Amino acid sequence: MAVDDDLLKQYKGRIPEPLLKTFREYADEVGLSKANQKKAIEKIEGRYLNSKIHPGEAIGIVTAESFGEPGTQMTLRTFHFAGVAEANVTLGLPRLIEIFDARKDISTPIMEIYLKKQPKDEKELEKLIALIKEIKFSEVLAEITINIAKMIIEVKLNRKRMKDLEIRDDPLLKALRTTLKTVDILDKDDLLIMKPKVKELTLPGLYAIKERIKEVHVKGIEGIKQVLPVKRNEELILISSGTNLKKVIEIEEVDASKTTSNDIFEIAKVLGIEAARNGIVREVSKVLHDQGLEIDDRHIMFVSDLMTTTGTVKGVTRSGITGEKESVLARASFETPIVHLINASMVGEIDKLNSVVENVLINQPIPLGTGLPGLVTKMKGEKEDEQ
Amino acid sequence: MHSKSYSYKKVDKIVFGMLSPKMIKKMATAKIVTPELYDREGYPVDGGLMDIRLGVIDPGLRCKTCGEKLKECQGHFGYIEFARPLIHIDYAKVLFNFLQCTCRECGKILMPEEERQKILAKIDKYLQKNNVDSFRKASKLAKIMCRSVRKCPHCKAKQLGIKIEKPTTFFEDTKRLNPIEIRARMEKVSDEDCLLLGLRPEYARPEWMILTVLGIPPVTMRPSITLETGERAEDDLTHKLSDIVRINQRLFENINAGAPEIIIEDLWDLLQYHVTTYFDNEITQVPPARHRSGQPLKTLSERIKSKEGRFRHNLAGKRVNFAARTVISPDPKIGLNEVGIPFEVAMELTVPENVTEWNIEWLKEFLKKGPKQYPGANYVTMEDGKKKKISAETQEQLLQELTPGQVVERHIVDGDVAIFNRQPSLHRMSIMCHKVRVLPGKSFRLNPAVCNPYNADFDGDEMNLHVPQTQEAMAEAETLMEVQTQIMSPKNGLNVIGCIDDAVTGNYLLTKLAEMPKQEAIMLLLSIGVDEPDRFRKFKETVNGKEIFSALLPKDFQFVGFSKNCKKHKVCEGKKCETDSFIVIKDGNLVSGVIDSNTVGEGNGTLLRDIHRLYNETTSVDLFGKIFRLGIAYLLKCGMTIKTSDADMPEDIQGRVKEMLESAETDVDKLIADFKSDKLKAGVSMSIRETLERMILQRLNEARNEIGKLIAKSAAPGNSSLIMAQSGAKGNILNLAQTAALVGQQALRGKRINKGYRNRTLSLFKQFDLSPAAHGFVRHSYKKGLNPYEFFFHAMTGRDSLMDTALRTPKSGYLYRRLANAMQDLKIEYDYTVRDANNAIVQFTYGDDGVDVSKSDGGSIDVKKIINEVEGAD
Repeated sequence: MAVDDDLLKQYKGRIPEPLLKTFREYADEVGLSKANQKKAIEKIEGRYLNSKIHPGEAIGIVTAESFGEPGTQMTLRTFHFAGVAEANVTLGLPRLIEIFDARKDISTPIMEIYLKKQPKDEKELEKLIALIKEIKFSEVLAEITINIAKMIIEVKLNRKRMKDLEIRDDPLLKALRTTLKTVDILDKDDLLIMKPKVKELTLPGLYAIKERIKEVHVKGIEGIKQVLPVKRNEELILISSGTNLKKVIEIEEVDASKTTSNDIFEIAKVLGIEAARNGIVREVSKVLHDQGLEIDDRHIMFVSDLMTTTGTVKGVTRSGITGEKESVLARASFETPIVHLINASMVGEIDKLNSVVENVLINQPIPLGTGLPGLVTKMKGEKEDEQ
Repeated sequence: MHSKSYSYKKVDKIVFGMLSPKMIKKMATAKIVTPELYDREGYPVDGGLMDIRLGVIDPGLRCKTCGEKLKECQGHFGYIEFARPLIHIDYAKVLFNFLQCTCRECGKILMPEEERQKILAKIDKYLQKNNVDSFRKASKLAKIMCRSVRKCPHCKAKQLGIKIEKPTTFFEDTKRLNPIEIRARMEKVSDEDCLLLGLRPEYARPEWMILTVLGIPPVTMRPSITLETGERAEDDLTHKLSDIVRINQRLFENINAGAPEIIIEDLWDLLQYHVTTYFDNEITQVPPARHRSGQPLKTLSERIKSKEGRFRHNLAGKRVNFAARTVISPDPKIGLNEVGIPFEVAMELTVPENVTEWNIEWLKEFLKKGPKQYPGANYVTMEDGKKKKISAETQEQLLQELTPGQVVERHIVDGDVAIFNRQPSLHRMSIMCHKVRVLPGKSFRLNPAVCNPYNADFDGDEMNLHVPQTQEAMAEAETLMEVQTQIMSPKNGLNVIGCIDDAVTGNYLLTKLAEMPKQEAIMLLLSIGVDEPDRFRKFKETVNGKEIFSALLPKDFQFVGFSKNCKKHKVCEGKKCETDSFIVIKDGNLVSGVIDSNTVGEGNGTLLRDIHRLYNETTSVDLFGKIFRLGIAYLLKCGMTIKTSDADMPEDIQGRVKEMLESAETDVDKLIADFKSDKLKAGVSMSIRETLERMILQRLNEARNEIGKLIAKSAAPGNSSLIMAQSGAKGNILNLAQTAALVGQQALRGKRINKGYRNRTLSLFKQFDLSPAAHGFVRHSYKKGLNPYEFFFHAMTGRDSLMDTALRTPKSGYLYRRLANAMQDLKIEYDYTVRDANNAIVQFTYGDDGVDVSKSDGGSIDVKKIINEVEGAD
């Protein structure tokens, strides 16, 4: 029997959407009678209301405990091969720390690039990979030498490699010229002669320039060191080591709606703070799942929300969330107390004793749980008493 | 509760600021002028650092300021006047900024008037809103603006470059600026300019950062201790202060005597050193002041800083009375929510009991026993608040004078509430409330079913016990912290309490094939505390295990589930399941299925969770205990042991194992041969060598898994190790396979072992030997014994995992501390939003649906189950 739409409408907003959805699907599947539908949904609502969290619950500390306790069970194994042909990824406790620290330079930046259309054959795939993978000038060199007598750098190109990678001379020269503005570049058949425009050129200076020349970005997307095709759920995706979300989702063949990076800051920059919040949720879930730890999504979501609630990604560090706290004593009791006290003394900071530690420090009930509710009452002759 | 009137005062706020010299003098009760501490009689010298105007630390003496004795007088500040001003080390940087940003002639900030007004207006706005952060940021910008101005915009005086030679020496160009000059300049800075540079003049003036007087902390803050030899050992602070006073006096004398400038400057610098180290003795540029033994002094900063400092050690960490600690041991016969307490402990820990006309007779019984008999009482508090110890002498009188209004501190008795804790307290289930059960013995007893939440075992673990002292605390502990309220973990909504070890094995065996005469079954049930006769009425002459188990269950309980060994057939075979994995409980009767760790275990005890969901907490915790005891009682009855013969294999199986091993080894040899003749193709993004390693590892693990399956299949049905593995009580098939057949590949960092000598792991192998044996494949079993090199490889992986644990613990501990610190004041508000201490919203609804994880079923509400229940009820 079909599910009564009126019934569902009635309970919309009273029961969370996902529960209603399962109810509709499963009631349909079992063929629940109308009377039973009503009975069941009443029971579900009852259960839902019974499961609601209590006001005053110290949910922050519960969440911290939910991560802290299993933390001891995690492995330190830094590297891990996820699957047969995927790249090395930092996982386990180090990765979790990295995410919660909101570190800007993560140890293994990785992108998962989804494609709009599955490539027809190997060739198409290779072409696509060539489009994404970064090629530096050093990869198309046959030889790079310093001519000390003339104080120039001579470069011999690897024509075969260039042909393989479909790099033609003009774009290459253009790339070189735009990045190396202080160097004159002469194209002499097979030889590129580079002469720095600096007045007093020293040999070490020349060597430095040589290294810079090698690093010039020629083709592909900057920062993408490697691209690997991987089958995931019957779908071919590309996994890259090194990230550049902005440039990659600009490529036409790439499905920008699914493509992701594991660099939270990059997500925040390119896609905004909400995306970064979801990025943290996804990355943390990945680590926990890999370690076989079961931690409820609510905790992960909560930490992510807290880290992103100000609009920028903040780490769980003394300069991040804890450092932003209003209370001087709360900050001082965490780390570097002297600094906080000295700074507070100069501006006459006021600690209003709103949060937990301060009240612990001075032996007062904390404003959480059973310490939260207050009593409002009119007292007889209160004023006389005080005087 | 003896006092009739309550005066409730609350600290509303704390304001931070600097002490001005005026304030220091005002606060002080004594001026300190002499470095001597005591006179010849050992009496504190007037004007010395131990002056009794600063408080007393000797019993018998009275404080000259407040007239109180030791412990009653909290101490008073003193001060000393410096002969020359000195720089406060923690403000040296601020002084540097001020010197850079203000004019050397007129003392005004090096900023055009227009700009100045603009920023000032901004700062004014911030301060009105009490926005300290923005104020700091604005003043920081102002500092950067003025720092490199070379000409005063107000008086047009040329500015010279200011340099700081850390920690406290300032130079202008090349000329040294002494604190007198700096102070003179600071005095010229106007209040408004202070604001621009990040100081609020009401709270801090720049010249206060140059000390002319120094507050002397009260002696109570730096008590001296008397050694066994009768010698007095002074506190580090007293040492440092006496240095300061001595040098200061010398400086005074020299100045008055008109000594040469060089000598005065030397003394001045020395005094600066002492004052600097008095504030902070861990500055990199300054050699730390030391004891005669060479150990650095602990001065003011060090007292506050770090884990052992005032903040984290004394203020955030509290110590309590009415606590006990001893070794724990198991007792499955007491309830899950009980704790066994030794008589010795019970006679020390007391509960204050208000005497009323209704309980006076009852309390008199305690008084009669006195402090040395159980259950007695230790103290009586009179109506006027005086506390009297009960002893043989006072007992009679106290007993007669006992009247309502007094408070008796009686020994704890069965049924009192106590809070039980095991460190490390990593989650809220590490501190739970138990009911007291006073028992003979010297250890705390707890039911093994609650080991998991505490993460306790009985290899010498100790636990702490606290007795709440007020009615509020007891009520709170009972309703919020008792064991039955903590069954579900807030981490993932699964049960943290369940059957373990023997309790699982017992229930498994009982519900699988047990059968016994009626009398025996009834005896078994009676022994675990099932004493309702109508439970046994249904029993026929022979009773099977399922019926015995059913006798525990509530009569209206319905349940459908699967056991651990469920083969997950596409279409469930239902009650005809060959492994009896389909569990059906109808009207409180176990119709089919075996009970194992999947239904009654920790973490995934589906049956336990359903009971907890459907019945109240006290019923379920009682039932959990009964299920636990039933398992143990049955196992005790039928006997269970693991023996070496569990790992014996019949001849033919041994042969098959050998065959499988050999085939794996031939395969690996072939791989190696292919590799050597370059026939091996590289996998994606791997070198050929890596591909080879990967393939060898795969093949060898495959072999071990196959052998494991073979062992499981061929083991005798009564094999205890196998039963334990199958029921999920302890161990797994792999453990048995490792003992019986082979240990298998030892993996280090996910790879075969490749460390050691050049091109080989150990010197007994040939170079470039790629064979399994040379890279940590252990082909012997634990029972047969490992050969030397296998043993070595095995030890390598063992050591590696030990190191991993040792390195991980502090890392995860720090992460936890940071998380807890960042999140500790987030709470659910009455409108179900999640907010921080300043009422800023973090989430509008907690976790999108406002569901408490510990009240959910594994993180959500099982709609399907509810529908099934409704459907099934028809």
